[in-house]
Parts: sequence; C-alpha cells; structure tokens
Amino acid sequence: MIPLSWYLIVAAAIFCIGIYGVLARKNAVGILMGIELMLNAVILNLVAFWRYLTPSLIGGQAFAVIVFAVAASEAAVGLALIISIYRRHSTVVADEINMLKW
Amino acid sequence: MDIPHLVEWTIESIVIVVGLIAGFAYLTLFERKILARIQVRIGPNRAGPWGLLQPVADGIKLIFKEELIPNRADKLLFVLAPVITVVPALIVLAVVPLGPDMMIFGHNVTLGIAGDVNVGVLYIMAVSSIAVYGIAIAGWSSSNKYALMGGLRATAQMISYELALGLAFVGPILLANSMNLMDIVNAQRGLLGWYIWLQPLGFIIFLLAGIAEVNRDPFDMPEAEQELTAGYHAEYSGMKFALMFMAEYDKMIAVSMIAATLFLGGFWGPFVEQIPLLGPVYLLIKTIFLLFVMIWMRATLVRFRYDRLMAFGWKVLLPLALVNVVVTAVIVLVGG
Amino acid sequence: MTIAQIIFIAISAITVIASILVVASRNLVHAALWLVLSLAGVAVLFVLLQASFLAVVQVVIYIGAIAILIIFAVMLTRRVMRETKPQVNRYWWIGALAALLLFVTLVVILNQVPSAASSVSELPLPEEDLLSMLGTALVDVDGFVLPFEVASVLLLAALIGSLVIARPIKLDAEEGDEA
Repeated sequence: MIPLSWYLIVAAAIFCIGIYGVLARKNAVGILMGIELMLNAVILNLVAFWRYLTPSLIGGQAFAVIVFAVAASEAAVGLALIISIYRRHSTVVADEINMLKW
Repeated sequence: MDIPHLVEWTIESIVIVVGLIAGFAYLTLFERKILARIQVRIGPNRAGPWGLLQPVADGIKLIFKEELIPNRADKLLFVLAPVITVVPALIVLAVVPLGPDMMIFGHNVTLGIAGDVNVGVLYIMAVSSIAVYGIAIAGWSSSNKYALMGGLRATAQMISYELALGLAFVGPILLANSMNLMDIVNAQRGLLGWYIWLQPLGFIIFLLAGIAEVNRDPFDMPEAEQELTAGYHAEYSGMKFALMFMAEYDKMIAVSMIAATLFLGGFWGPFVEQIPLLGPVYLLIKTIFLLFVMIWMRATLVRFRYDRLMAFGWKVLLPLALVNVVVTAVIVLVGG
Repeated sequence: MTIAQIIFIAISAITVIASILVVASRNLVHAALWLVLSLAGVAVLFVLLQASFLAVVQVVIYIGAIAILIIFAVMLTRRVMRETKPQVNRYWWIGALAALLLFVTLVVILNQVPSAASSVSELPLPEEDLLSMLGTALVDVDGFVLPFEVASVLLLAALIGSLVIARPIKLDAEEGDEA
C-alpha cells in the first residue's frame, strides 16, 4: 500500500528541481526543460489526487489531459521562439536576450 | 498470471524476436533479388543454392569487421544508440494478433503476445514515437557533420510523418469502434470486409507515412548516400552497423505487418476458422506482399528533395489525413 | 514493505535522480536524455496509479514529441554554448536556496494536511472502463467539453504561432516545421 503523501513528496521534489533549473540555467532550452519538469510534477499530483480522493469522478484525468495539451503547445511555441532568436542573434543564453526591440 | 500463460508468452516472444532477426536477414536477400530482377540482373547467386546463404555470409563478414569508435564521439551514447534503435523495432509487434484462438494440449492459446490489450493502437504509436531517439542519438554522438545532418533530418521527418501516421490509424479505430487490434481484425472477416475498401485513402496515407517513418526510398533523406555519405550511421561499422541495418529492415516488416492487420484483414483468410494455424501464414503472405510493394517503390521512384519531403508531409499528407478522419467520422456517425 | 512500495521507491528514486541530472548536466543533450528518463519514470508512476491511458499519453506526447523537440532545438543551436563555460547564471545559489526552501515548506505543509496523511488509502476504482469514462467526459456537455475545445483551440493557436515565429527571415525553405 503506497501512501498518498509519497506521491506528493516525489512530485514536490520534481517540481522544486524544475524550479531550480528555471532559475539557474543560462541556456533558454535548459530553462524550458525545467518548465517541463514542473508541469510533469503537476500532472503527477493531479493523477495522485484523482486516484486517492475521487476515483469515481474522472475530472482529475481530464484535467491532466488538458495539462498535456498546454505543455505541448508551450514547448512548441517556446522552442520556436528560441530558434527564431538563435537565427537572428546566434545566442540562446537567456541573459543576453535583454533588449525589448531590435 | 499462471504458469501455462507465462510459458505461452515466453515462447511467443522468442518466436517473434527470432522471426524478426531471421526475417531481417532474408528480407535483405529478398530485396537484392527483386531489385536485381527489376533492373534485369541476376542478384546474389553464389553463396548456396539461389544465393540462400548470402545473409549468412554477410553476417560473418560484418562480425569480422573492425569496430571503430570516432575519437571525439560521445562513447557511451555512441554504443547505446544502435541498441535504442533496435529495441522499438523488436517490441512493436507485441500487440499484433497473429492468429485466432486455438486449443493446444487443452489450453486456450491466443496467437500473438498481447493482441487483446485495449490500448493496442496507442502502444504502437508510443513505440514508434520512441524509435526516433536511436537515430537522433546516433547522429549526435558520432560528432560528424554528415551524421548530425542525417540525424536532424531523420528527427524532423519522423515527427512530421508521425502525425499523418497517427491520423491514418483513426479510420480503422472508428470503423471497428475499438483500439483493440484483435477487435479491428475480427471486424474485417471476408475479403469484402477488409478496411482497404472502406479506407483506400487511409491505407495509402498509412503506407506512405510508414515508409517515411522507416526512412525508406523515396523518403530516405536521412541516409541519402550521395549527399550525406550515409547519414546518421556514417560512423558505424561492424556489428553496430548491422544493428542499425537490422532496425531499419525490422521496422519495414513491422510497418507491413501493422498495415496488413489494420487494412488487409490481418490473419483472416479462407479456412482460418477450421485450421487456426493458417492465420499466421495468411498474415505472412500479406506482409510479404506489402514488403514487395515497398521494394518495388524503391526500385522505381527517385528520392525526394528534402524541402519537398517536408512540404509533402505537412501540406499534402496531413490535410488529406484530417479530411479522411472527418469524412470517416461523419459516415460512421450517420450510417451507424 | 510490500512489492508495490519497493517498486515505487525504486522508480521514484530513478525519477528524482534523473531530474537532478537534468538541471545539473553541463551537456544539454545529456540533460535532455536525462529528461527523457525522468519523464519515463513519471509514466511508470502513472501505471502504479492505474492511469494506464495517461501513461501511454505521457510516452507519446512528452517523450515522443516534447523531449525530441527539445533535443532537436539543442542540436540546431549547438554552436553557441560550449561546455567549458559555466552553465548556470551567477544567482544560481539563490535559485537553489529558493527551491530547497519551497521543498521543505511543501513537505512540512503536507504533514499537516489531513487528506495527504499516510493513513489515506486508495479508493476502489469504479466498475466501468476508465478509458471510455474519460472519453465520454471529455465530449460530454455536462462534463469537460468546454476545456477540451479550449485546449484544441490552444493547440491550433500554438501551431500557427510557432509557424509564424520560426519562419525564416529570408524565404529559403530549408527548415522543417517545428510543431
């Protein structure tokens, strides 16, 4: 029997690792990877709560499916932005992308 | 999870894996023979009668080749990449039903490992989406610009055509009202029940996208010899090259077998109800026919240009597949 | 310790270690491959939670599409970041501190929430097929049809948006689409 809190702790750990990645990475693609980790932790939490608290309502899984769609669009747009910036300025370092217009 | 079932699954897994390895070896011979015939040559005929021992000779040659690892390569990933490429090609057929239920020694045996699983089609999608990794890793870890270009092209091509491939699955799913491959096969009894008659466009899209997924001619941009020397496996030699090669041919077999299952009635044929063992034979015949079509296309068609390949995938195949899905859905809904 | 618990601990250890390596690897391709391992670990956790459909979706969407896109982007932008340069910005220790603090806070709060206590056990699953339940819920007017439609509009917007953003400045049709 696996307690619910175990899942929540694992999800919290993945989420915090993702936060560290977002805050500390220089490379924009690395930041995106951190965001993916965080979204994954969120989905894990949703599914764990669904399984332990309301398995008869399918809402938790439906919510998780929506988060999948959001994650996919976020990755597509984010990577398109990064590649566009790389084409124009040959950099993917988030710190160097500091002008609003050029 | 009792013992007879475990024994059954073990035997069937071994048969499928060994069959795929032997199938790879003889598919290369089959391809060379047919290419030779189409080009009015004779083909391999020295090793054994009709060249039947040629694959063995090729295997022995590859074993004795020197294994090279480029100096600046990422060694671990370089060695791992062929393995990652081969595994999806070997496991994707696990959900394909090979024949109807039959009685052997008083046990009810289902031919095929997990033909009755309710997410069978999704499993195929998942495994085929993993298959990109081996090629991408091989291209990147070789630290060779041709290999990297091949890897990049393969990645872009495979994720683009996967969309059309996935949408081509939807037609049979809607018609059979199930994602279970066994149900899909059972809904296609009799020659007129085959889904190719109801889904001709879906079948063509599936075959084209499947050929693009396995990087075969006319979509073999990732390994175009003339411009990329050999693409992602440029730096591979010896048995590692053999594994890459094997993955490609096993994926061909897998695509043909899945297409036969989804559109050509799978294992159904005359007298299968009386003699269940005929099921795998019919499936094999249909698979070999589709393999012949693939080789025929390779012998006939020239390679696409890379930008036209991407444009074809996104601007022709994907909209056609979407239209096919919509029309099928409306007809299924209206016609019941 | 039951077998399920041992499996859970092993899988979650792999997942967490892989996640740490995602943010710690100097080489971005390695980081992306560790991300794949971490995502696969989460997929196994979904299987343990008996959400097999979500596990397959995790493999198809996350591993098969998102992670491969990330690897693709790393390969395309490979020249700029040499591995000898530091891969983290100068405030990385603040980030680490914040993440650690958040984790400790979350664990402390978790221990006080009654529904997260270790005594809560899994409820029995409903009788019907979960997959068809999810399918009908997503298109049911009383269910989640609105979020579902909004998600599809979002995907369409993302598709068009990324096409427009990543469009080459000169119209050389060299690159494929990244959607």
